Amino acid sequence: MEAEQRALTGWGRTAPTVASVVSATADEIIADAGLGSVSGQRGIIARGLGRSYGDPAQNGGGSVITLEPGSDPIRIDAGNGLAHVDAGVSLDMLLRHIVPLGWFVPVTPGTRFVTVGGAVASDIHGKNHHADGSFGAHCTSMQILLADGSHRTITPESDSDLWWATIGGMGLTGLITSVSFTLIPIESRFCTVDTYRVPTLDELIEKMEASDHLYRYTVAWIDLVATGKNLGRSVLSMGNHSTLDDLVELAPKAVADPLDFDPPTFPDIPSQPLNVWTRPAVRAFNELWYRKTPNHHHGTESLTGFFHPLDMASQWTRLYGRHGFLQYQFVVPFEAIDTMRTIITKISEEGHASFLAVLKRMGDESGGLLSFPKPGWTLTYDLPAGINGLGPWLAELDELVLDVGGRHYLAKDALATPAVISAGYPRLDEWKAIRRSVDPDGVWASDQARRLDLL
Amino acid sequence: MMNAFDQPQTILVLGGRSDIAHAIVRELSSSALQTVVLAQRAGGARTAIPGLPDAVSIVEVDFDATDHASHLAFVEQVAADHGDLDIVIQAFGQLGGDTINTDAELAGALADVNYAGAVSSGLAVADRLKRQGHGVFVVLSSVAGMRTRPSNFVYGSTKAGQDAFATGLGHSLHGTGARVMTVRPGFVRSAMTEGMEEAPFACDPSDVASAVADGLRKKKSVVWAPGKLRYVFGVLKLVPGPIWRFLDR
Repeated sequence: MEAEQRALTGWGRTAPTVASVVSATADEIIADAGLGSVSGQRGIIARGLGRSYGDPAQNGGGSVITLEPGSDPIRIDAGNGLAHVDAGVSLDMLLRHIVPLGWFVPVTPGTRFVTVGGAVASDIHGKNHHADGSFGAHCTSMQILLADGSHRTITPESDSDLWWATIGGMGLTGLITSVSFTLIPIESRFCTVDTYRVPTLDELIEKMEASDHLYRYTVAWIDLVATGKNLGRSVLSMGNHSTLDDLVELAPKAVADPLDFDPPTFPDIPSQPLNVWTRPAVRAFNELWYRKTPNHHHGTESLTGFFHPLDMASQWTRLYGRHGFLQYQFVVPFEAIDTMRTIITKISEEGHASFLAVLKRMGDESGGLLSFPKPGWTLTYDLPAGINGLGPWLAELDELVLDVGGRHYLAKDALATPAVISAGYPRLDEWKAIRRSVDPDGVWASDQARRLDLL
Repeated sequence: MMNAFDQPQTILVLGGRSDIAHAIVRELSSSALQTVVLAQRAGGARTAIPGLPDAVSIVEVDFDATDHASHLAFVEQVAADHGDLDIVIQAFGQLGGDTINTDAELAGALADVNYAGAVSSGLAVADRLKRQGHGVFVVLSSVAGMRTRPSNFVYGSTKAGQDAFATGLGHSLHGTGARVMTVRPGFVRSAMTEGMEEAPFACDPSDVASAVADGLRKKKSVVWAPGKLRYVFGVLKLVPGPIWRFLDR
């Protein structure tokens, strides 16, 4: 296996470190007498498509393994709707394979460009979290290469501790090589969507509380630069997979070939030296986005348009300039909605402009010891990293979040301190103990694990 | 590990009693900062850095810049005890007394600290940063090394050597994730220069610190403090010898 010294960052393009990067199939790694040739003093971490925002998929001075899909990477069991997928397979590749067969992934984040291994390691969630839970909740078994060189098949029943330490475990328990999970049957490549323009935060909260249960997928985009009477104005979108009956009514042309799936991509956005998303630019963009939404629209949207709109503009993050950006995501319990109000007000009035801000209600925990989702409200917003004074300001938000029993998402984190993470994840010590039992010599390590004292 | 704002968790200062280094540590401190290791000559008073958050732990360890053979193990031990070194500041150095330009023994000893010590400890730091795949080595050089003056050419020559070493080391580390930032302050009002007559463009340790923080953000390889000295010395390097000697009177 050829190793290449390369500087790596996360999707936010901050805090680069140099590691020895190996790209190979699971079989090649397993055949390599365990992990001898890639594991040094600094350990190994797996890296999928590098969509984590901070440093969980980088390992300064150590090894980083990118798993290539094997010779038969996707096997679908049509009888019970079960998919057996190599960990290096992206949701993009998977969806191109399964949508024409009438299946959809149980959970998708806002991009198709994540791997199945990453989906398990971050226990990702999507617009259906309130209804279906996170990715880990749909997994039935997986294969994992452990620190001792053994390659094992585990299930929640066979290895309960290791399983729940691995779901959301940021790749620090072993190298996930393949995953089995249940799929959702679909009749078309469309979603039937109700979109509402919502003028105030209070109305938004009320509407989401009242109608979340009527839809499988819901999310609200919030204008976080609007203040005063427009504070918290939003575009709320709620949808379900379109049935053939929906298509007859709403998109009759698609009835002939309802499962034809070929998502478009447009040319790369060129590198920008400076952040394009200044406050006036965001204000103009948000105004336009809000105004173009009718008070209520009922219609169909393509899977890409509904789930992965940003995938159409690859490298869109370059608009944040050379200092890169970060995404701040936290969850607070339902009963702490006032804290969410306070934070949204604070960001809108004092914060830095963000064009990507979404609010979502989450459902049950999956059981992963380091899984992020838990019942409550989650807010996600982007902000450029090259701004002085942002650190102390975000530390104030951290405190508000932790005070009400909230926590921060490790897949987005690029900034937290060990104290912030241990306060948000009460089962961290339990997780550490399980991790040490399967990896006593520290074969698995990442920059994030060092920064947050996870090992 | 550095976070997304390039805020360090661990800082090692070689020359732990340096006023300038203390100002840099203060400038780089944030809620992310956990440990500051001050490496300094054994004996002497305990070192305090006022103005740091309470949560930061300050650790003092004995360090001898002239014990070249010890430096590799020294840096390795600090990293073993305190984790990855995000920023290492090389801040030790002496000006030398009144006789430094004529006393061969004193001058040799000065070169051993300011130059040879900078080289051996610099290589030890580089070795560590390379193996961790990240980290910035901040080397406090001086404009005195840009063109040596008749009145302090021994000191100036040691800084010239250190500066050349640091910039060369920076090039050699390209692609490893480790970086070197060479800092060239002018006259800085500090304990080291107390009682001396101020030179033009004199500044305070805090000015050097903010130039360093700015340089780190912009990933610069050389920083001048104050910034205009870069242009001043661009001209002074070209001034004919007789005028240069006249200016130094």
